[in-house]
Amino acid sequence: MNDFLLVFRNDVALSQTQMSPDQMQTMMKTWMDWIGGIAAQNKLVSPGNRLAPSGKVLATNNVITDGPFVEIKEAIGGYIIVKAETIDEATQLSHGCPILDVGGTVEIRMIIKMD
Amino acid sequence: MEQPSLLPDLFRTEYSKIVAVLCKYFGMPFLEQAEDIASETFLLASNTWGLKGLPNNPTAWLYTVAKNKAIDFIKHNQVFKQKVYPEILVASPTAYVPEPDLSPSNIMDSQLKMMFAICNPIIPVEAQVGLALNILCGFGADEIAEAFLTNRDVIYKRLQRAKQKLRDENISIDFPVQNEIPLRLSAVLTTIYLLFNEGYYSASQNKTLRKDLCLEAMRLNVLLLEHQNTNTAESNALLALMCFHASRFEARSNNNGEIVLYEEQDEQLWNKPLIQKGEYYLNHSAKGSHISTYHIEAAIAYWHTHKQDTVEKWENILQLYNKLLQIQYTPITALNRTFALSKVNGVDEGILDAEKLKLINNKMYHVLLGKLYNEVNQMQANYHWEFAIKLSKSDTEKAYFKSVINKLSK
Repeated sequence: MNDFLLVFRNDVALSQTQMSPDQMQTMMKTWMDWIGGIAAQNKLVSPGNRLAPSGKVLATNNVITDGPFVEIKEAIGGYIIVKAETIDEATQLSHGCPILDVGGTVEIRMIIKMD
Repeated sequence: MEQPSLLPDLFRTEYSKIVAVLCKYFGMPFLEQAEDIASETFLLASNTWGLKGLPNNPTAWLYTVAKNKAIDFIKHNQVFKQKVYPEILVASPTAYVPEPDLSPSNIMDSQLKMMFAICNPIIPVEAQVGLALNILCGFGADEIAEAFLTNRDVIYKRLQRAKQKLRDENISIDFPVQNEIPLRLSAVLTTIYLLFNEGYYSASQNKTLRKDLCLEAMRLNVLLLEHQNTNTAESNALLALMCFHASRFEARSNNNGEIVLYEEQDEQLWNKPLIQKGEYYLNHSAKGSHISTYHIEAAIAYWHTHKQDTVEKWENILQLYNKLLQIQYTPITALNRTFALSKVNGVDEGILDAEKLKLINNKMYHVLLGKLYNEVNQMQANYHWEFAIKLSKSDTEKAYFKSVINKLSK
C-alpha cells in the first residue's frame, strides 16, 4: 500500500464567493459523505485540511507577495491523504469528489516514504 | 424459611467485593488467598444457614466471617509473619494489626483500584475482559466460557495465566498517578466496552447470562462515575452508549431466542427509563472538548432511540458514521454507514458505495447488499442472502435468511 496526497484546486474567484449558511451546510455534507465513503473502504489515511482562500508567498531574497496569485487562476482549497496500491486506484478513489462539481480538479500524487 | 435464591444472589453481589477488599488488603501476590477466603466464606454460609437458618443481616455475617478469616490468615501465614507483619508491628507500636475494612466506601475504592490493576497493558485485552468478569463481577469460568462460546478449559487457563502475571509482576492495586489516568482509564473503558459487547452481541442462547454481562459492564462504569478522577466526559459517553443499547435488550429477541431486527422491534418493549438515563449521561459527556468514539457511538445510539424514520434522523446518523470512520475504521461501522447513506441518498447510491467495500467474507456485507437489492433486483438480492447463509454459523440466523428469500420469491 502507498499513500497518496489528493490536492483539491478550484477557481480562485469561486472560492471567494460568499455562501449562505444553508449552502455551506450542503457543501460540507457532500464533502463529508465523499470522505466518509473513502474511510468506509478503510482507505483514508488523514482527513487532511481545508485551506483559507488567501495567503502569502515567500520567495528568494525575502520577497513576500500576497496570494491569491495573479498568474494562476486556480488555488489549493484543501487536501486529504488516502492509501491505495497504485496511482490508478488512488485516481479511482478521487471520482465523486465534490470539487469536480464546481469545475475544480483533484491532483493525485504519491507520497514518497522516507526511511 | 427456604430462600433458595438468596445465596446465589449474595454471591453475585458480594463475592467480588470481598475479593477486591481482601486482595487490596493483602497485596496482589495474595490474590488466590483472597479468592479462597471469599469462597470459604460462602461455603460456610451455605452450610451454617442451611442448619441454623438465616442470620439477621446476611451481608454483615459474610463480612464478619471474611474479616476474621483474613486476620487469621495474616497471623498464621509465614510470609506475613516474617516479612509483612513485623513491618506493620514496627509501623504501629501498639501492635494492632489493622482489620480489613468492608465499609461501602472502601469496597467501592477497592473495586475501582482493582479495575485499574486488571486493565493493565501487560495483560492481553481478551484476558482483561475475562479477569474483570471473574474478579470484579464474580463470574465463574463456566459462565464466562458459555458467554464467549468457548470451552471451560480455555477460559480457565486464560484466567490462571493472567492471574499469575498479576501476582508475578506484583501489580499494585492503586489509582494510576494523575498524569497517567487518561491513558489507563482508556484501557479500563475499552474493557468495559468489550464486556458489554460480549453480552450484547454474543451468539449464546442464554439470554439471562448475556443480560447479566451487560448489567455488570454498566455497574462497573457507574463505579467510575462515582469517583471524581474517573468521572470524565468519555466515561459518561460510554455509559450513555450502553444505556441506549441496553434499552432495546428485551425487544431485540423473541421468546424463542430469535433475533428481532431493529425495524421489526416493538417500540413498547424499549426501556424508557434506561433511554432517559442514557440522555442524562450523554448530556454529562458534553463537558470538555475531546470527542471520543464513545461520544459518536452514543450519539448514533441516541438517534436509534427514535423509532420513526425521518430525514433528520438518518442524516444525523450518516454524518456521525462519517466522523466515526475517520477516527476509527471497523468493517461493521463501514457497513452501518453505508446503510445510513442508502436511507439518506437512496438505495442506488447505497448499493454503489456498498459494493466498493468489498468485504466479501463478511456475513453482514451480504446482509446489507441483500437488504438493498431486495428493493431493486431480486436475483442479486437472492445471491447475497444465499452467501450470507453460507457464512452464518447459527441455525436460527440461517433460518431467518431463508425466510427472507422465501418472501422474495412470492
